[in-house]
Amino acid sequence: MAETESTSPAPAVQILAADGTVAPTASAEPYLEYLDRLTSADHEQFYRDMVIARAFDTEAANLQRQGQLALWPPCHGQEGAQVGSGRAARAQDHIFPSYREHAVGLVRGVDLLGIIEVMRGTTHFGWDAADPSNGNFRPYTLVIGAQTLHATGYAMGINFDGATGTGNPDTDQAVVVYFGDGATSQGDVNESMVFAASYQTPQVFFLQNNHWAISVPVTTQSRTPLFQRAAGFGIPSVQVDGNDVLASYAVTAKHLDSARAGGGPQLIEALTYRIGAHTTSDDPTKYRTQELTDSWIARDPIVRFQAFLRGQGASDAFFDGVTAEAHDYAADIRRRTHAIADPEIGLMFDGVYSDDHPLMTEQKQWLEQYEAALDGGAS
Amino acid sequence: MSVSTETTLQTMPMAKALNAGLRQAMADDPKVLLMGEDIGKLGGVFRITEGLQAQFGDNRVLDTPLAESGIIGTAIGLAMRGYRPVCEIQFDGFIYPGFNQITSQLAKLTNRTEGALQMPVVIRVPYGGHIGAVEHHQESPEAYFAHTAGLRSVSPSTPNDAYWMIQEAIASNDPVMFFEPKSRYWPKGDVDLSQSAAPLHASRVVRLGTDATLVAHGAMVTVLLQAAELAAADGISLEVVDLRSLAPIDYEPLLESVRKTGRLIVAQEAPGNVSVGSEIAATVAERAFFSLEAPVLRVSGFDVPFPPAKLEKLFLPDADRVLEAVDRALAY
Ligand SMILES: Cc1ncc(C[n+]2csc(CCOP(=O)(O)OP(=O)(O)O)c2C)c(N)n1
Ligand SMILES: [Mg+2]
Repeated sequence: MAETESTSPAPAVQILAADGTVAPTASAEPYLEYLDRLTSADHEQFYRDMVIARAFDTEAANLQRQGQLALWPPCHGQEGAQVGSGRAARAQDHIFPSYREHAVGLVRGVDLLGIIEVMRGTTHFGWDAADPSNGNFRPYTLVIGAQTLHATGYAMGINFDGATGTGNPDTDQAVVVYFGDGATSQGDVNESMVFAASYQTPQVFFLQNNHWAISVPVTTQSRTPLFQRAAGFGIPSVQVDGNDVLASYAVTAKHLDSARAGGGPQLIEALTYRIGAHTTSDDPTKYRTQELTDSWIARDPIVRFQAFLRGQGASDAFFDGVTAEAHDYAADIRRRTHAIADPEIGLMFDGVYSDDHPLMTEQKQWLEQYEAALDGGAS
Repeated sequence: MSVSTETTLQTMPMAKALNAGLRQAMADDPKVLLMGEDIGKLGGVFRITEGLQAQFGDNRVLDTPLAESGIIGTAIGLAMRGYRPVCEIQFDGFIYPGFNQITSQLAKLTNRTEGALQMPVVIRVPYGGHIGAVEHHQESPEAYFAHTAGLRSVSPSTPNDAYWMIQEAIASNDPVMFFEPKSRYWPKGDVDLSQSAAPLHASRVVRLGTDATLVAHGAMVTVLLQAAELAAADGISLEVVDLRSLAPIDYEPLLESVRKTGRLIVAQEAPGNVSVGSEIAATVAERAFFSLEAPVLRVSGFDVPFPPAKLEKLFLPDADRVLEAVDRALAY
């Protein structure tokens, strides 16, 4: 279906061919040095990340179907783009996700039960980006594109603080912001690029083009390959095969390093595919064919990387170990989901303002007394 | 849809009634077109526009790029060109990227042009709670729009009203904010295809009573009817008024009811502070002061952002909260 393909003049950066053999495109040449730095332990970690993320995602979708969650937006199929870019960010970097970046959260160290809690409807928060164990991974944003401006403002602050551009890549900070192909149509996203270019922010715009915004194909959002739009803002950009975890890693690492070295904002368009439904409320059979989805299943990022690792001599024992680990991860999520307590009345009132507020005090007290009276009446 | 003995009466849920109303409006006037995210092949996330793109083509039912300001802003241009656009906002909480175009442009263009330019644009907004959804999917933002001069705002509570009011909103030469109570999309009701029950901006008494008047719009009307039913079992007779229109408000049926009962409780899902309910309370106090036996009481959502879904039952007023207010009013 040509309709939903972005056709690009230069082929997207790719390291691994579909069969997992190492076959870098010419466009990959500037990025190869970043791959040389990876050890086989790193490779194994990338694989482990992707497999655990998928097991988590599958478990969460099941939990939704069993009535445990209000909604689930699956990341199935996008693990290569997410793990590659997430692993490319350095410890001091700051990550602004949208709402589908479960694999990025995983590699940044977030307890993914936080995502479950948000989607279960027990909190709007999930995890605290200020807690160092969360890898500067900020909470999800559900309003399309809004987080791109926040990321740019945050990156402006990094500049103003002198916390970047000193020439030390181990401490200079940068920002990665995730958004989708649909989001590129929002005013907020375009304004964020204007500001980013104007203030030369240390920032990577990581656009996951999964080819769909719910039922709307990317061709409705753009007639040109999306990464080319960046040029109009004065932002250097590149298109990468997002289902190639090594390419996603190398491209993100290099552009983050240029951003942190004073090179200003950069945009990466990762070509990938939303294999599942938009969310568990969606019915993709209404708007796309199974053949199209199948053609992307054939490009599964995990299968491709598994073939690569086998070529590198990884053993059955390794793969079996990862499978078992992922199974345990999912089982643990399931167990802890069932143990999530419902929120208390206070959650509704206590965090609305940073300080006491007469309306909150009055209304919370009213509701507590009202509920107590109801309970009393019922007993 | 099942056809009853009266051939013009059909039983259907509000979602289907809206679909039928839109279809009728599109058939009646080739200038009517629909715009929004996912409204074509998917038929909208609530399936309100299901089948309409297949029937009328993709120049009449536009799956737009993902941009609410873009949707409203281009609808304004289309209206300038003689079209009658009906925009779908996917969920209440996603209207705000379009807020500037709605409040600064759409609402003001007729006035800015001293009446020379008409803006027959309808903005459909599925709104409200009771669906257990995540953040931004259960809000009641109608006060912002009712507050804005130049906009009309309405909200049907039944399939019959939905069928007729959407057509009347499309026929209006002013912009109409059309708030669809999404928790009422699925329950069925009778739709009389032969004639509208009331004009677009009329409020209506939907249950007669003598002890106190309850008024609300949208999904809250159902809650009031439940409350009235429960109260009746206790020998309390409550009259229920369905507001239907938030801007302008048709006060006469409401005032008439209050003159009879002497007591008024205004209910809404939206937070109470500076809300439609506040306006009603103030106006009724001004115009029916000597008929009132008790202060007008408001029952509303709390003045907080819509909470996580697991707290929605505590946030949203239910029949018990309404009856608690009734008790207070009757105690005067
Ligand atoms: C401002 C706004 N409008 C509409 C929506 C409803 N909505 C949720 S996700 C989505 C599609 C997003 O597509 P894309 O940006 O490509 O991200 P993806 O879901 O594919 O990851 C829409 C329209 C929203 N969340 N926010
Ligand atoms: Mg997308």
